[in-house]
Amino acid sequence: MTAEIIGIYAVTVALLVGAGFALVGAIGLVRFNDSMTRMHAPTKVGTVGIGSLLLASMIHSYTFGDGSMHEVLIMAFLFVTAPISANFIAKVNIHKRACDTPPTPPRDDTWSTLSIPEADREIAEPKQG
Amino acid sequence: MMKAYRWLLPHPLVTLLLAVVWTVLQNDISAGMIVFGLILGVIIPWGTSIWWPDTPQGFHMGKMITYTLMVLWDIMVANVQVAWIVLTRPNSKLRPAWIVVPLELRQPEAITILAGTITLTPGTVSADLSDEGHSLLVHVLDTDDADAVRDEIKHRYERRLKEIFA
Repeated sequence: MTAEIIGIYAVTVALLVGAGFALVGAIGLVRFNDSMTRMHAPTKVGTVGIGSLLLASMIHSYTFGDGSMHEVLIMAFLFVTAPISANFIAKVNIHKRACDTPPTPPRDDTWSTLSIPEADREIAEPKQG
Repeated sequence: MMKAYRWLLPHPLVTLLLAVVWTVLQNDISAGMIVFGLILGVIIPWGTSIWWPDTPQGFHMGKMITYTLMVLWDIMVANVQVAWIVLTRPNSKLRPAWIVVPLELRQPEAITILAGTITLTPGTVSADLSDEGHSLLVHVLDTDDADAVRDEIKHRYERRLKEIFA
């Protein structure tokens, strides 16, 4: 019986922490004022928010009935894919010049998103007049 | 012998990873599932090895595990820091900045892990790579000393990754 009570409390705490972090992520998404800073809130706060909710699900499944390890996999996939989507959003921002222009890299010519192949120069930078 | 082994198992760690993922996915640790997972773990890397010719040669598993634990801890700390910034710092006092991290790492796998780590940790998102891959562009949410952030990334993560992929 006591194990169940501890389980319930653990699930409650994990759910509250997860929901709190998810809420902070959403607030950040709304209140920052440009797309680059907006990206910071969901990419980081989201991972711990969801991680905590998954932890709650795992504790619940181990306390009542069959244990489940799927949550570990969800977490692993999330950690692998979250940076990729953030990277894509950042690249779109740079490509559309929707943010401050980044400083030029020290050793190479330019950033890969800004580098235009020779064949496409005319389309990308139309001649004046 | 070594050649046959290389041909059959081009990426031994991927084989292991696929077997573990398959077993966890089934939620059922039985001999049948482990064997099926191992079969998948042999077939998939073998079938896709053409698209991944340059396997990273040295890879230190032990150091990778300590690195992963350190990054997980950093993610926890980072979340609290970013949550604090989100809740308390007004937009006008926010000091976002671009920083450029010159890379010493050359393997694509190592750079990918570094970029992923940067995105998941304190207020930084890796945004782009320079056209020949010598530096990484990172966006910082709030900093007053961009050089310190760059040095921390280089010292804390890149140095360790260099040891892992030595």
